[in-house]
Amino acid sequence: MNFGYYPGCALHGSSNDYEQSLRVCLTALGVGLKEIDEWVCCGATAAHSLNHKLAVALPARNLALAHAQGFAEMLAPCPMCSMQLLRAQQAVEHDPQLRTEISSMVEAKVDGGPRVLNLIQIFDRIGLDALKAAVQQPLKDLKPACYYGCLLVRPPTVVEFDDAEQPQSMEAVMMALGAKPVAWNYKTECCGAGMTMASPETVLELSGRILANAAAHGANCLVVACPMCHVNLDMRQAAIEEHTGKKFGLPVYYLTDAVGMALGLSTRELGADRHFVVAGKEA
Amino acid sequence: MSRVGVFICWCGENIARTVDVNRAVEACAKLPGVRCAENYKYMCSDPGQALIRDKIAAEKLDAVVVASCSPHMHLKTFRRTVAWAGLNPYLLEMANIREHCSWVHQNRDQATAKAVDIIRMAVAKVRHDHALQPIHVPVTRRALVIGGGVAGIQAALDIADSGYEVVLVEREPSIGGKMAGLSETFPTLDCSQCILTPRMVEAGQHPRIQLYSYSEVEAVAGFIGNFTVTIRKKARYVDVTKCTGCGECSKICPLKRNPSEFDFGMGMRPAIYIPFAQAVPARPVIDKNVCAKLIRNGCGLCEKKCAPGAINFKDQDELIEEKVGAVVVATGYKLYSIGREQSSAKLRGYGEYGYGKYKDVIDSLQFERLVSASGPTNGELKRPSDGRIPQTVVFISCVGSRDNAKGLAYCSKICCMYTAKHTMLYKHKVHDGQAHVFYMDIRAGGKGYEEFVRRAIEQDGAKYYRGRVSKITEENGKLIVRGADTLAGVPVTVDADLVVLAAAMRPADGVEALAQRLNIGYDENGFLLESHPKLRPVETNTAGVFVCGACQAPKDIPESVAQASAAASKVAVTFAASELSREPEIAHINEQTCAACFACVRTCPYHAIEKAEVRARNGALIKHTARVNQGLCMGCGTCVAVCPSKSADLEGFTEEEIYSMVEALV
Amino acid sequence: MDTPPTRLIRLLQLGDTETALRADSIWKCVSCQTCSTRCPKSVDCAAVMDALRQLAFQRGSAAAAERRTVVFQKAFLNNIRRNGRLNEIELIAAFKGEVFFRGRSVPFLFEDAGLAGQLQKRRKLHLRGEKVRDRGVVQRIFERAAGGAQ
Repeated sequence: MNFGYYPGCALHGSSNDYEQSLRVCLTALGVGLKEIDEWVCCGATAAHSLNHKLAVALPARNLALAHAQGFAEMLAPCPMCSMQLLRAQQAVEHDPQLRTEISSMVEAKVDGGPRVLNLIQIFDRIGLDALKAAVQQPLKDLKPACYYGCLLVRPPTVVEFDDAEQPQSMEAVMMALGAKPVAWNYKTECCGAGMTMASPETVLELSGRILANAAAHGANCLVVACPMCHVNLDMRQAAIEEHTGKKFGLPVYYLTDAVGMALGLSTRELGADRHFVVAGKEA
Repeated sequence: MSRVGVFICWCGENIARTVDVNRAVEACAKLPGVRCAENYKYMCSDPGQALIRDKIAAEKLDAVVVASCSPHMHLKTFRRTVAWAGLNPYLLEMANIREHCSWVHQNRDQATAKAVDIIRMAVAKVRHDHALQPIHVPVTRRALVIGGGVAGIQAALDIADSGYEVVLVEREPSIGGKMAGLSETFPTLDCSQCILTPRMVEAGQHPRIQLYSYSEVEAVAGFIGNFTVTIRKKARYVDVTKCTGCGECSKICPLKRNPSEFDFGMGMRPAIYIPFAQAVPARPVIDKNVCAKLIRNGCGLCEKKCAPGAINFKDQDELIEEKVGAVVVATGYKLYSIGREQSSAKLRGYGEYGYGKYKDVIDSLQFERLVSASGPTNGELKRPSDGRIPQTVVFISCVGSRDNAKGLAYCSKICCMYTAKHTMLYKHKVHDGQAHVFYMDIRAGGKGYEEFVRRAIEQDGAKYYRGRVSKITEENGKLIVRGADTLAGVPVTVDADLVVLAAAMRPADGVEALAQRLNIGYDENGFLLESHPKLRPVETNTAGVFVCGACQAPKDIPESVAQASAAASKVAVTFAASELSREPEIAHINEQTCAACFACVRTCPYHAIEKAEVRARNGALIKHTARVNQGLCMGCGTCVAVCPSKSADLEGFTEEEIYSMVEALV
Repeated sequence: MDTPPTRLIRLLQLGDTETALRADSIWKCVSCQTCSTRCPKSVDCAAVMDALRQLAFQRGSAAAAERRTVVFQKAFLNNIRRNGRLNEIELIAAFKGEVFFRGRSVPFLFEDAGLAGQLQKRRKLHLRGEKVRDRGVVQRIFERAAGGAQ
């Protein structure tokens, strides 16, 4: 199984632990990833907040490049990127005039481009049965709170993935790995997203609620599939503990960390030792 | 030759202001076939009508043209006038020189010329008119009422009390519908069963009402006055003639825990059960999907216990044929299913409310059963999860209604009222409890309704927040309800013990299939279509079939009862004479030239054309032909358009008549 | 949140765009998309917030209290314009510099300074950021986006 790979700025920046984790994990599962050459930033929050044309153009250029490089499908492990790509795809699909305009704007032929997948969809492709069969060390001590964040499941008309209110796709993967995901209430509540630099109080408040609810429902860790959520819940966990006056000590795993560990890979190989909150203690 | 009389009306100034009536009279007197041309200020008045009658006699007229207003106004008037003078009423034509001429033009010369043209066409047509006779259709003066809720019961009683027999069909084991399950009704807080059960008993015992309970309408054939209905009497596995309703069978049945349909899952019932204590008929039915005897020949305890020997495991469905002259549809409603599973792809349910996930999130009918004195908790409001009495209850309006994105676009009308009622019932039971209502608008338009809602707020202390609820989650046994109050502009979070969702009202299951069997229309929401929303709210476009109650649109009990009586009165009108008289302007097929291609049979929207045979006196088959059923044809003319051999024609609007009008103009 | 989204939309319905543009709610909004997902009338509220932000930015009328968000996002876009991909150190330097320049808050300058060391220890800090090879095309895309009607 091979996919085009669109890392996005976070995975090549301070969330390179996510890239390490997914490369190591997917390689072990026989999934090939080929990075799209000359990919540009998708624009993230800044583009859709400040400049509408840019917010369509930047993702569109990436779709055009991927398509020209012969990819039929591509993985975008960051939900902001995948959502922006899917949104741009939808916009040009229904508007031939826009398609022409954007194509000349980004100097590449935009025609809808390859199918964009998020990380959980890759595991759905591999198949839960195949995943279960590949498990070496069932994660029976893990009681994860599966945290989806916002953009994996919203807006449902754009991402068309799982259920926007009560998603279960990540839990399904975790159960196939032998873990016991907890039932909790903040699966799809926002962590504060890109406000981490400009408005850290927002992040402390919102992410604080997420950690508190996970702990209250008996979770001993969180599992995420978004680099921004990871930063807010892991890197900022110490600050959150100070802000709320509560100790959490909840490690935050990428979904590929969990799968990798179940396959028998070490936290070192997966890059999970580079997190701020490591199991049981803070680094 | 023809002796046509032309009568031109001034209509006061309405026509005469624009059309030069005198000039028109002069011109029309010279038209071929016209014997005399007269005018009068108000042709529809008594002197005007007298003028027409006098001229018919004096000039021995054989056809009349009245040039005046639209036929919608006075066609019937003038037909009666000429009939009184001894002329066939269908030898009258109206030339509309008001709505089609004087009211839409300003230039006097041109308008006058046009008026003359219109009259010329009418004269040409009337010369080809046939003298038609009204069609008489025999009437079976018995009515079928489908649905035994409050509307069906009311209609059945009214028709029966008028002296006609009624066949009442109800698919549940007992009549009473949703109203039998309600606790108290707005705006009086009358106990629902107390006011309904006397009617139920009356309907069950009425000498002219034949009740088929636990039965469904399987097929309907025929037309107004002459319907043949096939009713499927589902097997009860209990012989109701022997059964005394003692209830011993239910007591001994070992399969006690089946979710009760009547309690909407809030309580349990055994496999053999009477749905509720006040059921009519008060006879049990066996649930064949769970009964051990029926499934694998086990148990059989009820049969052993039954003293009169009324249990009959060999019972079968029975098909019964009834002949009726009119049908009243009163199939009622069901609630929107709030969970994810929906009957159509357009609906999406409300995952954010946790209905189906959290036991203490229920819908309004479930709440009614919990507070009902004869309900599964004997009227004590107990939480489904742990049986505790809730101290904080949140009521949410508009769940499924007024939602273009994932529900139904319309307003369900009754929820604002019953939500206020629920807060009051709650307060009357739990004196220091607090009710919270999240609403978008309050619709309280009936008699005493606004005052009723104010009572809930001002006297019984219900807290009303103007805003929707975003999400419901459960923490430590409490339901955290996150909503907003847009008037204050703040978020509002309530930690509730119980949440009641006012789910949208939808037509009952199976109504679309039933409508197709009856050949009546329904809209995109499944509500049955009335003939005209303002002036004919209980008739349908199929003669002889009437609708009433919530199956036509969301409505409350007073409106359902009123509509039911209205439908009954329409039935009484239908039955007023032993024969029905229909307008003869319907299709007719020339059986000599008909090629029996049956294109008309397939196209007729009223299924009014039959395949027939023409036989010789000795019975030998001469040919096949299409034949119009005079009781059903509505005169739409579709068959005329599709007939390849020009055998179909429309009386009163024959091809000859229409072509003559065109030729006269050209 | 001074003006909740319901009120912002109501102001727009009434034609009072000016008051809506001055609200600081539009900068507090985290674009979580929950509003658009839930709206029974399918109003794309998140897109309305985007549009308000874009308009406010163009007119330079962003509410003072939330200027940091604007400064950050503007610095982010300039960074992309120059490099094609995000250079985090450059972004933080630009952001902190700009905010300091406006408000002279020394504590702000050193806020999160400790994190730099932590990130470095974990090999998450990249002193030399990534760039695309063809940076000209990125510049041109930005120029065209600025020039076109928005």
